[in-house]
Amino acid sequence: MELDFSPVWRGWPDLLHGASVTVEITVASLVLSIIVGLCVGMARLDPGKRILYGTASAYVLFFRGTPLLVQLFLLFFGLPQFDILLPAFVCGVIGLGLYSGSYVSEVVRGAIQSIDRGQMEAARSMGMSYAHAMRYIILPQAVLRMVPPLGNEFIALIKNSALVSLLTISDLMHEGQKIISVSYRSLEVYIAVALIYLVLTTLAGQTLRLIEKRLRVGGMVQ
Amino acid sequence: MTTSDIRPILEIRDLGKDFGDFNVLRDISLDVMPSQVVVVIGPSGSGKSTLLRCCNCLEVPQRGSIRICDKDLVVDGKMLPDRELNALRMQVGMVFQGFNLFPHLSVLENVSIGPRKLRGMSAKASDELALSLLDKVGLKERASAYPAQLSGGQKQRVAIARALAMEPRVMLFDEPTSALDPELVGEVLQVMKALAAEGMTMIVVTHEMGFAREVADEVLVMDGTIIEHGKPEDVFSNPKQERTRTFLKCILSH
Repeated sequence: MELDFSPVWRGWPDLLHGASVTVEITVASLVLSIIVGLCVGMARLDPGKRILYGTASAYVLFFRGTPLLVQLFLLFFGLPQFDILLPAFVCGVIGLGLYSGSYVSEVVRGAIQSIDRGQMEAARSMGMSYAHAMRYIILPQAVLRMVPPLGNEFIALIKNSALVSLLTISDLMHEGQKIISVSYRSLEVYIAVALIYLVLTTLAGQTLRLIEKRLRVGGMVQ
Repeated sequence: MTTSDIRPILEIRDLGKDFGDFNVLRDISLDVMPSQVVVVIGPSGSGKSTLLRCCNCLEVPQRGSIRICDKDLVVDGKMLPDRELNALRMQVGMVFQGFNLFPHLSVLENVSIGPRKLRGMSAKASDELALSLLDKVGLKERASAYPAQLSGGQKQRVAIARALAMEPRVMLFDEPTSALDPELVGEVLQVMKALAAEGMTMIVVTHEMGFAREVADEVLVMDGTIIEHGKPEDVFSNPKQERTRTFLKCILSH
């Protein structure tokens, strides 16, 4: 068997462009998933608030319990039946963001619930409202505990984003497949694609480690 | 002005609370006058802390009523609406057994956050207030430290300063020295004594009998309800109830 990497070199600019699309879509989805995750995670703190808790739980049940690919296809092929035509990139971001948001919401909920009850009591006993106590006392402490699991989520998101290639988005995976379709060099191209994903996930991991370190140096964490 | 003109700052009537099937408080009635120091003692599980936590609605009693700082806090299990409750809590300071300082904020910020966020004070004014209160509890020079860098006694003194920053009319102390190493208890009690001498109304749950003897105007002995109350010298030297005698013997024998 002979390996021929020349299609990879020839298609290198396309692969790099694909990688940049992958980064864009991942970062945009991460932002969406953190916003959704924060809201849903906080909505699931108190089972006593039935409607809020129920809605948020139904969201988590659906988006964590069904395949990401099915969710993406529902958005991309399903919505047009209601005359909602979203650009592929937007579908990809919404799909990835909502899917990942269901996991992030559990990270958020876990981090908030891991903060000692006494913190909320101390804040409330001073006269802070629940919202004030959340914002000034609980969340600043909880966010630090969210960073490591959010790092995992970020890396998972980079890898899961390969599925959006099926929505005609020219991400890294999609560009790789285009090169294969004219060169028939699957092995070489997929090796290159895999290595580029590995570089992206490694960089993401390093960045998060740096952020964590910075937060610790700030004296915020014991 | 005669004493009868002064209204109690805290009025508890027929208070009752259950945790599930467990009846923790029953038929508690109590008046606390301004500037009074009331010490609550009693065996573990007797509802002392629960009673204290009812006074700022950290626990909601199911029966009876609490009137504090001229507001009806709870009447028959119905709490004051949230907004009014928050305003009322500013007037009722609380100090916890476990300190509950905010670990992500410096000592100064722990004390200044309340006046800044809740009393609308400027950053400069709230910092000045915080520094003067830290000075009062003897910790001005630790203002920039974080709670993790303090000893237990220092933490509790910061917690007292934090509560005082809201300029409360009543202070609730929930076993403030129980989590401290013995050699650190004195510094906290000293701050509390100074506070009492200034005329602060205080309700203190504690096992420090020396403090009770020296500072308390009234001692309550609890065991689900108030089984005995009176001046400290009467309760300690001449307890009327057998249960009080047994409890005191236990406490004082070691």
